[in-house]
Amino acid sequence: MAAISREEVAHLARLSRLAVTEEELDRFAGQLDVILQSVARVGEVAAEDIPPTSHSVPLTNVYRDDVPQPSLTQDAALSGAPDAYEGRFRVPRILDEED
Amino acid sequence: MSDLTRKTAVELRGLLDAKEVSAVEVATAHLDRIEAVESRVHAFLHVDREGALAAAARVDKGEVTGPLAGVPIAVKDVVTTKGVPTTAASKILEGWKPPYDATIVERLKAAGMPILGKTNMDEFAMGSSTEYSAYGPTNNPWDLGRIPGGSGGGSAAALAAYEAPLAIGTDTGGSIRQPGAVTGTVGAKPTYGGTSRYGLIAFSSSLDTPGPCGRTVEDTALLHAVIAGHDPRDSTSIAQPVPDVVAAARRGLQGDLTGVKLGIVKEFAGDGSEPGVVAAFKESLEALVKLGAEIVEVSCPHFQYALPAYYLIAPSECSSNLARFDGVRYGLRSGDDGKHSLEEVMSLTREAGFGPEVKRRIIIGTYALSSGYYDAYYGQAQKVRTLITRDFEAAFAKVDVLVSPTTPFVAFPFGSRTSDPYQMYLADLFTIPTNLYGGPAISVPCGLSEGLPVGFQIMAPTMADDRMYRVAGALESAIGTLTPPAL
Repeated sequence: MAAISREEVAHLARLSRLAVTEEELDRFAGQLDVILQSVARVGEVAAEDIPPTSHSVPLTNVYRDDVPQPSLTQDAALSGAPDAYEGRFRVPRILDEED
Repeated sequence: MSDLTRKTAVELRGLLDAKEVSAVEVATAHLDRIEAVESRVHAFLHVDREGALAAAARVDKGEVTGPLAGVPIAVKDVVTTKGVPTTAASKILEGWKPPYDATIVERLKAAGMPILGKTNMDEFAMGSSTEYSAYGPTNNPWDLGRIPGGSGGGSAAALAAYEAPLAIGTDTGGSIRQPGAVTGTVGAKPTYGGTSRYGLIAFSSSLDTPGPCGRTVEDTALLHAVIAGHDPRDSTSIAQPVPDVVAAARRGLQGDLTGVKLGIVKEFAGDGSEPGVVAAFKESLEALVKLGAEIVEVSCPHFQYALPAYYLIAPSECSSNLARFDGVRYGLRSGDDGKHSLEEVMSLTREAGFGPEVKRRIIIGTYALSSGYYDAYYGQAQKVRTLITRDFEAAFAKVDVLVSPTTPFVAFPFGSRTSDPYQMYLADLFTIPTNLYGGPAISVPCGLSEGLPVGFQIMAPTMADDRMYRVAGALESAIGTLTPPAL
């Protein structure tokens, strides 16, 4: 497996919404390389006819009767928010004024 | 009255039943002990004196009864507690007070167990040493210069430091059992789906399992019985009766294992375990044979791929689960000064809020799930999971339980493995196969190596949690419990 480059780590960090520092990029590139080389061994064993297991408990869709039940109040749901406005989560501006 | 903090949960219940002490006195003794030793141990991130004493008072008034009513407990900080700070040891959740209780916390409260506080851990339960807590490490009561294991180092250290008789942990790759092993305490990972994950701050959803920690096998089984059982709020919760783990532990403590077949995994030999760990494990096996157990060697050829498969699956699920920490609905928000876009605020928030191990795993997970690498990494890891499950099933056709050391090495000094993450990951070598399979496993103290505790792991088939408690009880009857040095 190809070595993971500093640029690749920067790209992955962007995809992950992580604003990593220059120093972190250097450190992570080396460490991720070691980790990925070690875990690449999974490719040695599993043949095509082996089905994957995603979960140890067989998952089935579970339905309940469509009866309204109490849930968190609006105040409770907003209680941990860094910023709220008129009963909603306030987020930084997404669009420019002219958009 | 002798020191209440040295008593087991069973002994405390005896004193409470005989009205020799009140639940408020029991809770106060533990809160005072916390105050006395925390500057050296740092097992707790938050202590809830008022809440614990109020819960104890309700027990004294007779409002709550049950086999653990009035027995205090410490809860790992990854489990939500209504109105009580819950941070998962991360800066991104500093000061967050959840608006609801986890199901297991509801059950502790219904059982009348005063919650002393929230215990330290590796950030978001990622780590094997509690060195990745954003609030500083926990020190191992056996040697304050060494790690208490991870990620549940705080829960295990609280037990070993006599700050709490019982604690809650969560086990994704060994985070209950490995801290149990290196602190000389008992830690059990129940069957996945046997205990509810509702209210756990998710790390790797297909692996995370909450479970009980104690100083004795019987105490641990009693706590297991309180928290286990079906929860309709968790779609992976198993709707089946919980096996009687308390009866199984008590049966084991009578010291008879006639007819029980213990499997030792051929592939685990020669995996670089410290000689002292191997010696303690072998002596324990001999003790179990004297109680009537039979030892059978089994082959689990795919166990050697468990560690690599885990370190692809867990980061992949973590990269997805931790996407919710974006500075919008709860926790930290950084860079919201009118000059940054929403996307930049999210990136700056996550940069400021997450520590190094969490970032490493998010990036690995993003890589493993990305187009072009998915089949080679994540897809292959899920196939390995199938092969490991088949290994377990073949082994359990021949033996009742599998046994191994819990960890390849005893508690290591702080800082000795943080520079090389993969060396740290090796701490979970023996514990991880069980998480991939979903079955239960327990770590029980089995002796000392160079003055430090060694753990003995017992793994059982899914929903046969009682089997491991029987063997665990028998081992404790033969070896006894360990007493840490005075702090």
